[in-house]
Amino acid sequence: MIVWDQVVVSYGEDFAFGPVTLEVGDGEWLGLIGPNGAGKSTLLKTAIGAVQHSGEVSLGDGTKRRGHDVAWMPQRPGLPGAMGVADYVMLGRTPHLGYLAAESRRDVDIVRRAMEELGLRELARRPLGTLSGGEAQRAVLARALAQEAPVLLLDEPTASLDLGRAVEVLDVIDDLRREQGLTVVTAAHDLTLAGRYVDRLVLLSRGSVAAEGLPREVLTRETLSAHYGADIRVIDDTYGPVVVPVRSRDARSDTAD
Amino acid sequence: MEARPARLSWAPVLFGVVTVVGACLLGLSVGAAGLDAGSVLRALLDLMPGVDIDSGLTAVERSILFDIRAPRVVLGGMVGAVLAVAGASYQGVFRNALADPYLLGVAAGAGLGATAAVSLSGETSLLTVFAFFGGLGAVALTYALGRTVGGRSATSLILAGVAVAAFATAIQTYVLQRNVETLREVYSWILGRLVTVGWGEVRGLAPYAIVATLVLVAGRRLLDVLSIGDEEAAALGVHVGRVRGVVVVAATLATAAAVSVSGLIGFVGIIVPHTIRLVFGWSYRVIIPLSVLFGAAFLMLADIAARTLVAPAELPIGVVTAFLGAPFFLLVLRTMRGPS
Repeated sequence: MIVWDQVVVSYGEDFAFGPVTLEVGDGEWLGLIGPNGAGKSTLLKTAIGAVQHSGEVSLGDGTKRRGHDVAWMPQRPGLPGAMGVADYVMLGRTPHLGYLAAESRRDVDIVRRAMEELGLRELARRPLGTLSGGEAQRAVLARALAQEAPVLLLDEPTASLDLGRAVEVLDVIDDLRREQGLTVVTAAHDLTLAGRYVDRLVLLSRGSVAAEGLPREVLTRETLSAHYGADIRVIDDTYGPVVVPVRSRDARSDTAD
Repeated sequence: MEARPARLSWAPVLFGVVTVVGACLLGLSVGAAGLDAGSVLRALLDLMPGVDIDSGLTAVERSILFDIRAPRVVLGGMVGAVLAVAGASYQGVFRNALADPYLLGVAAGAGLGATAAVSLSGETSLLTVFAFFGGLGAVALTYALGRTVGGRSATSLILAGVAVAAFATAIQTYVLQRNVETLREVYSWILGRLVTVGWGEVRGLAPYAIVATLVLVAGRRLLDVLSIGDEEAAALGVHVGRVRGVVVVAATLATAAAVSVSGLIGFVGIIVPHTIRLVFGWSYRVIIPLSVLFGAAFLMLADIAARTLVAPAELPIGVVTAFLGAPFFLLVLRTMRGPS
């Protein structure tokens, strides 16, 4: 599990974040949604110590070792163009290696499994610079999985994937968290897709929690329209809420009717 | 599916060792005294325990070989190895393909320190210490300036290095003007030279070179981790600041020690790691150890060129490396701007 307790970040006067208090249990999948600049990435970064903050982020039992307990997939990862996919995924094993140690057989097996789970089999030797956006995103996710941390923080893990690939990747994450009891927090812009997978949604707006609850409770016309600054309808489908934006032209023809 | 991490395979290492040995033999055989390679080889074999071969060399020739040529060849190899491995390490730690002891201002800072040591105190015993702090100060200033001016851009770091180097050189010139009697000595040193008096220089450089090289070779995997960026490397549990500090101190110490014995020899730290990168791949696990070997071979060969091109006169070796290095630098710049 992971707990944010009264976390506050301040980057000078224009940006305020928090105080945010959140708890995500073992095996739970929390989705972070919210408009651009709401603080989704900031919240995730406080957990890896990449952002100065007050308050506390802990793992429930108090201990937190960098790299071992939290795997973070950044929104814009650094991808050295010449590095091969397998080598990149192997970087996920870094926290488990001493500074001077070399990778063992076991590390190689873990990397192989992570690549298989994300369909990177054929791409193992390819340089990162030659991958498509979706392939690169799966490579980054494979690196996060190879870390074998109990908490996965994923910043827009499906941003550059087509719908089919997105579902595949989210299914992998879902299976893993069920099998291994992983705690998963994902930041997402695709609200319908997020609503299909997560146990709970948190809507961040201007640096604080604006709504929290089951996808059905948070994905409502009133809540979304208020915070995203657009008219957003929600259709209730058997599989969950479907989020549909209303174009300003649609809105005009509505009133004309 | 190949999931094994990038490792150094034996073939390039063997190739490197053969090149070093070849350059060594060539360096020992070439010179005014005209010792032939066969006799040199026999004299070397004769040194091995349990081997007793008559090399056919006279006592004078043996003395030329072991007291004049050998120290120079070994010093050239050590300086080359150290400059190449320092260059590769700076490139990794600053994530900047153009980083090099010379271009970061380290060499100029170390030069200033060494000049100050010679001119102000007349003491050569403090040379390495002064050179080290000069070099460290220069690299810190370059890094800070580069960050303030242009964030993380590769060119801003190099431009800052150029500014720092110019500044250090200006102060150095001032110090020299005030101490004209050392001008000639310091000037020949600025151009870079491998001059040895017996084995003294080699013994002076060896401890620094060995320790720094061991540290840098040990940290090679971490340089690969740093290549994904500070934030992500830190999220993987790497203490980025500490690693960067250790690598910079080791590389600067090595550079300073090399500069204090050989003067300013530029571009080795760019030519050697980049050629290795082009031929043997991106990983610092490969680049760092091979830089030791090919750096040594490169400078030994450059020294042969310096000794023979205008024989019986001699070119400063820094002129030879700059002659090769400047076009190479442009080549690297071009590939950096192209599609990566």
